[in-house]
Amino acid sequence: MLDALIAEGVDTIFGYPGGAIMPIYDALFDYSDKLNHILVRHEQGGIHAGQGYARTSGKVGVVFATSGPGATNLVTGLADAQIDSTPLVCITGQVFAHLLGTDAFQETDVINITTPVTKWNYQVTDATEIPEVLAKAFYIAKSGRPGPVLIDITKNAQIQKFSYEGYTKCDHIRSYRPKPIVRPQYIQQAAELINNAKRPFIIWGQGVILGSAEDEFKAFVEKSGIPAAWTILGAGAIPTDHPLNVGMLGMHGNYGPNVLTNECDVLIAIGMRFDDRVTGRLDKYAKQAKVVHLDIDPAEIDKNVKSTVPVWGDCKETLPLLTALIEPKTHTKWHERFDDYSQQEYDAVIHAELNPASGELTMGEVIKQLNELTKGEAVIVTDVGQHQMVACRYAILNKTRSNITSGGLGTMGFALPAAIGAKFGAQERDVIAIIGDGGFQMTLQELGTIMQTGIDIKIIILNNKFLGMVRQWQELFNERRYSFVDIESPDFVAVAAAYKIPGKCVSDRADLAGALKEMMESKGSYLLEVMVTKENNVFPMVPQGCSVAEIRLK
Amino acid sequence: MEKQEYNITVYTENQIGLLSRIAIIFTRRKINIESLNTSPSEIDSIHRFNIVISESEDVVRKLCRQIEKQVEVLKVYFHTNEDVIWQELALYKVSTDVIAEKVSVERLLRENGARVVVIRKDYTVFETTGHREETDTLISILQPYGLIEFVRSARVAIIKDSDGFNSKIREFERLEPGEEVIENEYLNQGQKVFTM
Repeated sequence: MLDALIAEGVDTIFGYPGGAIMPIYDALFDYSDKLNHILVRHEQGGIHAGQGYARTSGKVGVVFATSGPGATNLVTGLADAQIDSTPLVCITGQVFAHLLGTDAFQETDVINITTPVTKWNYQVTDATEIPEVLAKAFYIAKSGRPGPVLIDITKNAQIQKFSYEGYTKCDHIRSYRPKPIVRPQYIQQAAELINNAKRPFIIWGQGVILGSAEDEFKAFVEKSGIPAAWTILGAGAIPTDHPLNVGMLGMHGNYGPNVLTNECDVLIAIGMRFDDRVTGRLDKYAKQAKVVHLDIDPAEIDKNVKSTVPVWGDCKETLPLLTALIEPKTHTKWHERFDDYSQQEYDAVIHAELNPASGELTMGEVIKQLNELTKGEAVIVTDVGQHQMVACRYAILNKTRSNITSGGLGTMGFALPAAIGAKFGAQERDVIAIIGDGGFQMTLQELGTIMQTGIDIKIIILNNKFLGMVRQWQELFNERRYSFVDIESPDFVAVAAAYKIPGKCVSDRADLAGALKEMMESKGSYLLEVMVTKENNVFPMVPQGCSVAEIRLK
Repeated sequence: MEKQEYNITVYTENQIGLLSRIAIIFTRRKINIESLNTSPSEIDSIHRFNIVISESEDVVRKLCRQIEKQVEVLKVYFHTNEDVIWQELALYKVSTDVIAEKVSVERLLRENGARVVVIRKDYTVFETTGHREETDTLISILQPYGLIEFVRSARVAIIKDSDGFNSKIREFERLEPGEEVIENEYLNQGQKVFTM
């Protein structure tokens, strides 16, 4: 099994041993020069680290866990990876085959528990299957629309001896069609729609990044001259300050991209799935527009938004075909509409968020100060909540694979372990985890993983002493009935110190820039807690049940 | 859109766990499976599911795409009742004494298209096939005579356009040129095909 992993190019494994996976760990002992096993503190941390690794490196994340509770602790991460299309191969130990179904010690029905949250899963009870099954697992995880795969191996198969005849990578499965065939007539029709459009609008998602089609996408956008906006998982596919990048879509996205979605005449959706946080109220979403939808997953076409022209296929292949057929344009007048809305948003929201003259610190100004230090080159890992929206809105990203966040599932506790994995996946890059005071307490045990590995990540806790996003909703929609959002935290700097991680806590504006600089310049990991104003709201906001055109600035 | 009965036909690999993987696509959306039949198809190693649900066409189309997305599913079709010929099989167990004494067995069999499967001293088993109403009718006829036990199978449905359908699957197997083969370009490429 370990030889198979090496043949697949695996160099890093995140895992946690236990009874039912001991034979694998025993073998791993002799492979420590070839496979870097990172001992996490909880299996959920292991799988989020695997996700972070996959997202920055573009490779398949590999996770080991034992049976029973080890395996069930993976479920949140599997669901997260499934909805965010992250390629993972998880290997779980299982009780001896003859004990299956007997309620044996640490036995759970892992295959059935994980079926809804895996792209594919398989239980191995005979060691001779292992090379083929692993080859299939890696192929399925990374091909087509990527996703998590779980292989459950019973203990008897782990200790069974068999004649290993070498490893053959899998490149075909007859019932599995990872890439739909590109249909030239649809490319033609899409190009006609785009060429005749007066107010075309591009919205892109993570598909561009998963398909390694950033260059093809940039060429398409630049030739078409069409304004382009991103979903949070698409962030960074083209740089934040690219002149055609008009900003973020969705509930807390930018003003213009949301309002003008309902004014464009052709909407070109690329590698995105029209999540409800992006579309708002669906029956009032882009009804006036003809929709061109590029996606590799046929099940996404017409799932939420009916397309006029579906362009099934890998966007790395379809985008150049489309680019070749479109006419170069500039759409100057149309861009001015975006500029107008951008100015309105700046005046009403952004200026005050990023440049508060007095009062307590805001989340936005922390991100702004951070941008000045990272110059847009760092990997930004965020957790879930207000700080996530603020970081995604304001962080400058010059490179692809720089925005690692739990988009679809919204998993609090994601950021710290994901940042650890992200660093292992991109060791030459700075990795900065931005986390709320709530989410940090969900997986802070992974500070132990940082301590033991000596890895260098920077942790910023934006502490507003509230579960801020829920509090915001309670303020806006539940008459300020702040039901269980007031959260008490330990001394985070002291907690970090207990794990031998230096840190600091700042609450004064005068100290912020210096503290961020000290964090970035420190060797090794560092935790900076920033006390921010308690009751700030993230705006703009498309309230639930409203159309994107009804986005509120306050 | 109007809800109506749809017959979903799924061709799959024969793989443990696949039934559950397909079933949860319905249960996740709180859709009741009204009838489910799974059995080896005419092609070696390929299984055929017949699933009946009541939903709108739009929902059924989305469900079928989700099913077809599963790694071990080859192909999914859906049809209204008008597009298929379908049957359910039913077995009825009654007391032989009662039947022999009180019922004109010959007339009963003739009128309901039923046949006798087994006659024992103590019980007799009838069998009939047909649509739901037809198998229901025989229940009501036999009920007064002390119907002991009744069982009905899931629906099996043949698609009226079955020539094309059958040959499509054969094409998959032989990899002859054709639209479906283009869509499923990796089907059965001899040695290169990876099967478990």
